[in-house]
Amino acid sequence: MPDSTTIKTLPLGLAAKGFRGRVARVGSPASVGDDAELERRLIEMGFIEGAAVQLLHEGFIGRDPIAVRVDDTTVAVRRRDARLILVDPEG
Amino acid sequence: MSATATPVIALVGCPNSGKTALFNALTGSRQKVANYPGVTVERRAGAFVTAAGRRIQVLDLPGTYSLRARSPDEAVTRDVVLGRFVGEMPPDALLVVADATNLRLALRLVLELKHTGRTLILAVNMIDIARRQGAEIDLKRLESELGVPVVATVAVRKGGIADLLGQIDRTIDRHAPQAPADWHEPNADELRATHHEAERILKACLARPADASVTARIDQVLLHPVAGILILLALLFLIFQAVFTWAQPAMDLIKNGFDALAGVVDATLPKGMLHSLITDGIIAGVGSVLVFLPQILLLFFFIILLEDSGYMARAAFLMDRIMGGAGLHGRAFIPLLSSFACAIPGIMATRVIDNRRDRLTTILVAPLMTCSARIPVYTLIISAFVPARTVWAGMQLQGLVMFALYAIGILSALTVAFVLKRLVWPHDADPFLLELPGYKLPSVQNLVFGLWQRTTIFLRRAGTIIFALMVVIWFLSSVPGAPPEATEPAINYSIAGIVGHWLAPLLAPIGFNWQIAIALIPGLAAREVAVAALGTVYAIADQGEAAKSALGPVLAANWSLPTALALLAWYIFAPQCVATLGVIRRETNSWRWPAVAFLYMITLAYLAAFATYHISAALLS
Repeated sequence: MPDSTTIKTLPLGLAAKGFRGRVARVGSPASVGDDAELERRLIEMGFIEGAAVQLLHEGFIGRDPIAVRVDDTTVAVRRRDARLILVDPEG
Repeated sequence: MSATATPVIALVGCPNSGKTALFNALTGSRQKVANYPGVTVERRAGAFVTAAGRRIQVLDLPGTYSLRARSPDEAVTRDVVLGRFVGEMPPDALLVVADATNLRLALRLVLELKHTGRTLILAVNMIDIARRQGAEIDLKRLESELGVPVVATVAVRKGGIADLLGQIDRTIDRHAPQAPADWHEPNADELRATHHEAERILKACLARPADASVTARIDQVLLHPVAGILILLALLFLIFQAVFTWAQPAMDLIKNGFDALAGVVDATLPKGMLHSLITDGIIAGVGSVLVFLPQILLLFFFIILLEDSGYMARAAFLMDRIMGGAGLHGRAFIPLLSSFACAIPGIMATRVIDNRRDRLTTILVAPLMTCSARIPVYTLIISAFVPARTVWAGMQLQGLVMFALYAIGILSALTVAFVLKRLVWPHDADPFLLELPGYKLPSVQNLVFGLWQRTTIFLRRAGTIIFALMVVIWFLSSVPGAPPEATEPAINYSIAGIVGHWLAPLLAPIGFNWQIAIALIPGLAAREVAVAALGTVYAIADQGEAAKSALGPVLAANWSLPTALALLAWYIFAPQCVATLGVIRRETNSWRWPAVAFLYMITLAYLAAFATYHISAALLS
């Protein structure tokens, strides 16, 4: 059984520039209202379980927003909204 | 599909798929741009003839990632596709346009569209770029996996849509019945399932993915936290220079041209009401519309270049944090910057903002940015009333006052935007989620096309409103004419004169006399007209530049300093420009927003003038 402490799943909103990994989960079944809508929007833009993600760039002020490569699309998103995307680091 | 009616094809696709370029390639100049009734969404329709000689009507729908509508634009796409849009024929077929270098999201859209029951054709566009980047796409396999005809296209190249035209003929010949429609708004899990299916298909058909490293390498520089911002600022400065300075010679040319035309009328018609109608009403009215064209063309030249190349999304990314703090959208930077030259092209440029409320906010505050038309008014009053003294280590007092006026204009725009965002429209659940497309070389064809479209839209829609309003203002200022034994300037006898005298007591609390009250009415035509209007009211016989230098001392002798300062404060806010209102009407497709703009600006103007007048009177006594 994999040791859960060795897989450091984290919200994409907290990842650092240069982060590489895969999407573990987007949103949660308990999401309601704005969060549920955000979850659907993120999926429509390609953020889906198993997708490869790479945090390419961040904004000048407050390291926000972030530019993320998700599979073959590059998407700009605010860190606050990216907290809905849980990612596993590579390797 | 009826055998006699012209078939209608609707173009659907994700943003950045080159859909509009494909639409241009299909329809050429046979396009018509209008508004869908009741909304601010543009309706782009056109027609073309296939190789078999069949005439097809085509509708370019707003780009969307899915039929789940999150904005008025996407709602139009959804409703037209589903045949729900009142007044719009349900399309006979959907042409889905996909970016060959980014098929994943497009394939998901195709799978979703299959549920609508409409006949589909998939155009894999920009196939040349994908092949150049090393991608190998098995189009036959894609066709069999999707169950939809698939054609490769290169919209910007001649002959690049030949295969598509052939496929359209074949599809219409088949007369396939519409499949039953079972589309409903997908929930998160259904979206996931469709996405996984799209991924499976893509993996089966994409032997080698496109290499996106060129874009990534360019972004290392353009999205660099320091270099990126500096490059953006340099670019914005370039745009500002273009609209502010480079457009000037062309604008002068147009103005001189119309003055010459007026001169011709002068020489042929005797002075009188007809002469005045033609020179001061019609010629001046048309001239005042056409004079905006150089700025509009230059501004949209840059905007189309930035959009087509893919850089606009990067600019929005870099500006997001700064603009967000002031309650504005990242893309509002270019419209607001242009408004320093003139709010007309600035307001037209707000179309780069997709979010409706952000766009409205920007449209409403753009007129507050200190536009170049205010400069003649500011210069006149400052040179007449502010002493040419040096204060504080070599700074000219007159220059300081001018700078202060500029600064107050900008600050007021940011404040109103903040208030609108936080108080009037606080709950805006529109997350910032922007695709950064791969960099592409803009096509000259598209650029010329886009400029041509913007020009005709401006002239036909905004131009007609502006012209009508100019004629109305002429009428108010010239009719009825002065009686033969008149001792005062003719304007006193006109409707404007009567209204001005009637308004004078209302404006007395802010220190305005009846001459100012009258001058403000023709001054509604444009801000710089106030100078000429004051000249007329004070019966300055000179014209042009000489009038300005003659007017200054007359004002200095007749007005108190608080009155002059109050007029300056008034001009920071007042909506003394019907052209602005005309463009707001065109861009928002209703009279409500120009009315809102007029009312809030005139209220702010009155309050500012009131405060300035009384405070300065108190300080000086």
